[in-house]
Amino acid sequence: MALDKVGIAKRIAQELRDGWYVNLGIGIPTLVANFVSEDITVEFQSENGILGMGPFPFDGEEDADLINAGKQTVTLQPGASIFDSATSFAMIRGQHVQLTVLGAMEVSQNGDIANWKIPGRMVKGMGGAMDLVASAENIIVAMMHTNKKGESKLLADCSLPLTGVACVTRIITNLAALEIKDRAFHLLERAPGVSVEEIKAATEGKLIIPDNVPEMKID
Amino acid sequence: MAINKVVANAQEATKGVENGMTLMLGGFGLCGIPENCISEMVKMNVNDLTCISNNAGVDDFGLGLLLQKKQIKKMISSYVGENDEFERQMLSGELEVDLIPQGSLAERCRAGGAGIPAFFTPAGYGTEVAEGKEVREFNGKPHILEHALTADFAIVKAWKGDTAGNLIFKAAARNFNPMMAMAGKITIAEVEELVPEGTLDPNTIHTPGIFVQRIFQGVDYEKRIEQRTVRQKG
Repeated sequence: MALDKVGIAKRIAQELRDGWYVNLGIGIPTLVANFVSEDITVEFQSENGILGMGPFPFDGEEDADLINAGKQTVTLQPGASIFDSATSFAMIRGQHVQLTVLGAMEVSQNGDIANWKIPGRMVKGMGGAMDLVASAENIIVAMMHTNKKGESKLLADCSLPLTGVACVTRIITNLAALEIKDRAFHLLERAPGVSVEEIKAATEGKLIIPDNVPEMKID
Repeated sequence: MAINKVVANAQEATKGVENGMTLMLGGFGLCGIPENCISEMVKMNVNDLTCISNNAGVDDFGLGLLLQKKQIKKMISSYVGENDEFERQMLSGELEVDLIPQGSLAERCRAGGAGIPAFFTPAGYGTEVAEGKEVREFNGKPHILEHALTADFAIVKAWKGDTAGNLIFKAAARNFNPMMAMAGKITIAEVEELVPEGTLDPNTIHTPGIFVQRIFQGVDYEKRIEQRTVRQKG
């Protein structure tokens, strides 16, 4: 069975390491915060100016002045801090944030990512994504393996306007976990019950398949 | 005694905002936006504005109110996804739009206020954003040249302010407000609570009064929430 959005978020949570500062993008990445192992401490950065972002507030306790980058009401963890947008992107550009997780419309085998514009149809803007992908050392893309038409989102070259070049290091999809290196997608793990053949069929770019492809362990 | 920056209200604060001017407006989404001055400019009917703001409000609130009346000629923003009228005006070509990476937008405002004419950043290299811009390599990595931004008026919103123009922001409503306050030829600050000089602890000031030319206590803040997300107790 392919993973659902929650499954993808659970698998990405396994990539977090103790002591990391992490920026989570809008959509599936936001869900990752719900599945952090109790054995580690991480702090979430929200690029509108929060470090130490907590869960959604209890009903009735929401504060219009306390939102995340997705404009959702949030809370602060003990030890949190607040800062302006220039300081926030100093953290990002200055590589003080260890991991960025974001969604994508396309990723190429070179690690290029496109996620901000469909010419003539959808123009929402890049927000902080271009700054994040240009500077982060570890970039994990969370997305479905194929688009709504069933076409692969893991391509030889992106067709949409780029957000960043040669920057994505890892991809977690509903079908697989993959690493990008040497201009190819390297298959690391299969989603539970998904075959290597299914992943191959859904991947347009160059796919390197090792002899043994273990199945993901998802609680 | 500090220099007094107090004006009566939004009407007095926005005196001198004219057709064709460039404005900076603080806020992230609807959080920390200068609600009073936006309403005033809708009433004033100033047109052909260039607005520098991270977002463009929603259809019926924030900068969306100026967009509805077609008072904005050009927007300089990083993300405009929550506004259908904006997207319509942009795709039809009625509205000129310059989309720039959020960190570059913040730094360009900061640079404008800090006397730095331009800087190199890796953000946007290899994308449409880099088109026509100087590229230079530092530490083996390509960077693009981005220029500082300034404005005829910067309009910001703070939580507390004093008569000297010192500002304190609340929580994530700080966002772009401090940098924009630095980058306005005239900076207007509207605050939820205006107090006499000497009332605020100097150690806690976020924006020093030197950056603010006009300050007033706003009225009737709606502080609309864009995405109300909550969890249940227990």
